Amino acid sequence: MPVISYREALNQAMREEMDRDANIFVMGEEVGHYNGAYKVTQGMLQRFSERRIIDAPIAEMGFAGIGIGAAMVGLRPIIEFMTFNFSLVAIDQIVNNAAKIFQMSGGQYHVPIVFRGPGGPAVQVSSQHSQSLESFYAHVPGLKVVMPSTAYDAKGLLKTAIRDDNPVVFIEGETLYNSTWDVPAAEAGDFLIPIGKADIKRVGKDVTLIAWSKMVWICMDAAKVLAEEGIECEIVDPRTLRPLDVETLATSVSKTGRCVIVEVGWPVAGFGAEVAYQMQKHCMDALDAPIERVTSEDVPMPYAKNLEDEVQPQVKDVVAAVRHVLYLD
Amino acid sequence: MAQILGLPKLSPTMEEGVLVRWTKKEGDKVSPGDLIAEVETDKANMDFNVEDEGVLLKFLVKEGEAVKLGAPVAIIGKAGEDISALVAQASGGAAKPAAIAAAQPAAKPAARSDDAPPAEANPAPKAEPKAEPKPKPNPADAKLAPKAEAKPAAAPATGGKLIASPLAKSLAIELGIDLRTLTGSGPGGRIVERDVKAAADGGQAHAETPEAAETHEAESPKPAAPSLETAIAVRNSRQMVPDAEGDYTDVPTSNMRRRIAARLTEASRDIPQFYLMRTFDIAPLLGFRERLNALLGDKGRISVNDLIIKAVALALRRVPDCNASWEGEAIRHHHRVHIGVAVAIEDGLVTPVIRDADKKGIGSIAAEVRDLADRAKHRALKGPEITGSTFTVSNLGMFSVERFTAILNPPEAGILAIGSTVDVPVVKDDQVTIGKRMTVTMTCDHRVIDGALGAKWLAAFVDLAEHPESLAL
Repeated sequence: MPVISYREALNQAMREEMDRDANIFVMGEEVGHYNGAYKVTQGMLQRFSERRIIDAPIAEMGFAGIGIGAAMVGLRPIIEFMTFNFSLVAIDQIVNNAAKIFQMSGGQYHVPIVFRGPGGPAVQVSSQHSQSLESFYAHVPGLKVVMPSTAYDAKGLLKTAIRDDNPVVFIEGETLYNSTWDVPAAEAGDFLIPIGKADIKRVGKDVTLIAWSKMVWICMDAAKVLAEEGIECEIVDPRTLRPLDVETLATSVSKTGRCVIVEVGWPVAGFGAEVAYQMQKHCMDALDAPIERVTSEDVPMPYAKNLEDEVQPQVKDVVAAVRHVLYLD
Repeated sequence: MAQILGLPKLSPTMEEGVLVRWTKKEGDKVSPGDLIAEVETDKANMDFNVEDEGVLLKFLVKEGEAVKLGAPVAIIGKAGEDISALVAQASGGAAKPAAIAAAQPAAKPAARSDDAPPAEANPAPKAEPKAEPKPKPNPADAKLAPKAEAKPAAAPATGGKLIASPLAKSLAIELGIDLRTLTGSGPGGRIVERDVKAAADGGQAHAETPEAAETHEAESPKPAAPSLETAIAVRNSRQMVPDAEGDYTDVPTSNMRRRIAARLTEASRDIPQFYLMRTFDIAPLLGFRERLNALLGDKGRISVNDLIIKAVALALRRVPDCNASWEGEAIRHHHRVHIGVAVAIEDGLVTPVIRDADKKGIGSIAAEVRDLADRAKHRALKGPEITGSTFTVSNLGMFSVERFTAILNPPEAGILAIGSTVDVPVVKDDQVTIGKRMTVTMTCDHRVIDGALGAKWLAAFVDLAEHPESLAL
C-alpha cells in the first residue's frame, strides 16, 4: 500500500467519489482557486470545474443552508468549513435543518451531506480557533460524527460518509494533515470503512486507552513510555463518535479492567463523559479502578505557546492517568 | 416475600432512635420514598422513608418506644401474607441484614445490633486484621469454597466497611479468596485486583490474626481454589466473546404473548400446585360418541373433547368443592359451572368459556365449542366469552401427547390435561385383547383442593367417562 498523507487521503476520497457520482460537489471558502485553506482540495477545480468545486463567500450559514437544500433535492454536497470553529456560525443549519429534516418530513427528504473540515487546536491560533466541537455535534440525534486519526481511516471513512444518506459531521485533525499512513489506492478496489466501527490501534493487556483523532497519537507515544515500565496499553479508537461502537470499546475494557479516556476537548460534558458512562455500565464487574479521563483544562485556549501546551493533554498526562488506574502512584 | 424493616441510620452519629409517631397505619400500602414514621434521633426528629413497595403488615414497635439501630420496627410485604415466622424472628432478635439493607441506602455504613455479622462490627475501614472471626454465625463463611465466598464478597455492599473494586470482588469469588482476610493497597484501603492475585499466588497479602489464620489452615484446603490462570481464562471467555449478531433473531413479543407470560409466571410462582394422574378405559366413551355421531348423521359431529367437557362439568356438580377459587380471606365456591377450553391460536392460546356446561346438552356444547374455537382463531372473541371460567380443560391428545401437566388458569383451582387415546394390551376373560386407554392429569391449587379431594373428583370424572350414558342424564 502506498504511504500518503492524511491530506492526500482526503483528496483521493473526494476525487474517487466524485468520479463515481456526478451528483457530488464541494462548496466552501477557498476550496477552488486557492486549492483549499489546508490544500485538501488541491487540483480538484482543474479536474471537476467550477460547477462542482464552488468557492463560497465568507458566509457559513448561507452555504451550509444551500448545501442542505441541494441535498434535499438529490445532490450530494460536501461542505468544507475552513475550520470547524467557523461551523458555529452555521450550527443552526446543521442542528435544526440537516439533522432534523428526515424525521420532520416523515422520511420524505434525505439529507445526504458531509460537513467536513479541520477541528481541534492547532498551533497558536488562540481561543476562538482552537476548539474541539465534536461533543456539540455528537449530542444531536440525526447527525453522524466521524473523527479519523490516520490517513487510512480518513480515506475509508470519508468515502463512506459521502455515500451515506444522512448528514455526517466529518472532523479532521488540524495537525494531522501531514501525518502519513499506508492507504489503499483507487486501483486496489473500493476502499470503505464502515461508520460506527472502532479500531484497535494497539493491542495490550493492562489498560484500555480510548482516544480519537489527534489524541490517538498522543496515546501511542504514552504507550511507548509505559511499555518501558512493562505496562501494555490497548488503544481503541472509536473513529466514529456517533454512532459509537460500544461493543468493541467495552470488550477491551472488560479485558483490561482499567480505562482511561483521552480527549482534547473540555472536561465538562465532553464526549469522554458519555464514553465513561457506557463503559461503567457495560464493564462494571470487570473494573478494577474508577475510569479516568484526560482532557484539556477547563479554560479557553491561551495564545502563549507554553500555556497552550500545558492546557492540552500531553503524553505525561496520559502516563500519569494510566499509572493512577493501575494504582502505581 | 414479606421482610422485616430495620431502623435505618437517620443521622451520622445515631445509635438508637425513639419512634415518635407512625404516619401510616398497619395495612397501608406504601411506595419507595413514602414517609412511614418520625424518629427522634440524637440530632433531631427525622423522617423514616421506606425504600420498598408493599403493604405495612405489622408494626413491631409502639409509638414512644426507643429502638436500637437496625432493630426490627415493622414488617412489609404483600397483603394477606403469612408473617408469623417473621414476627417470631423479630421478637427473637434483630432484622436480617438483607432487611436492614432494604430499609436504608445501601452505600451508607450502618452500625448493627448485637448479632450482626462480625466484619461489620469493625469500625475502621482498613483495620481488617482486627476483624473478630469468633461469632461466625454461618460456618460456610469461614470456608474458602468458591460458592460460599459469594457472601463475604457481597457483604461490603451492605456493611460498607470492606472496600474492593468490582474486578477484585469477582476475581475473589472465582479464586475462592475471602476478601475480609486481605488488606487493600488501593486508595482508602480499597482491595484491588493485584491484592487478590497476590493472595492467590502466595497468600502474602493475607493480614489476619493468628487464630484466623488457623481457622484457614484447618478449614480451607487449597485445592478447592482454581488456578489464577484458569480463573482469568474463565472470566475472559465470559466477557470477551459476546454472541455475534447473526447468531440469533429477536422476535418482538406481542401483547398477547406478554400477557400469557405474565399470567403463567404469576400462576407458577404464586400458586402451590400439585398433579393427580389417572388412566382409564376410554372405549365406552368412544363407542358412545360413535353412536351419537351415527344418530346425528350430517347434522353435526361430537368430538371426544366435547364429551370430556360435559364429563368435567358433571364431575364438578358431583364434587362441588373443586368448583372453587382462592380469594385469600375466603374460598369462593361457584354455584355455576363454566368450563374454559384451551384453544391454540397463532402465537398463543385463548381459553373461551362454555357457560353452564353442566346444564347444556352434548350437542349444544359441541356446536358452541366449534363456534368459539373458529372465532378464537380469527381473534373475534369478545371479552365475556373468554372470562369467568371456573375450571379448564386442555387437550393435547390430537398431537399424540400421551400425558402432560397444565399450569393453572387463575383464579380457577383446577385444570384437567387430556392425553391421547392409547392402545394397550389388556386381559379380559383370560384373553389378552386390545384396550383403549386415556390418561388425564389434574392440576390442583393446593390452597383450595387437597389430595384426597382432588382424587375424589377424578374418581367422579372417570366414573362419568367410563359410563358415558350418564352424560346424557
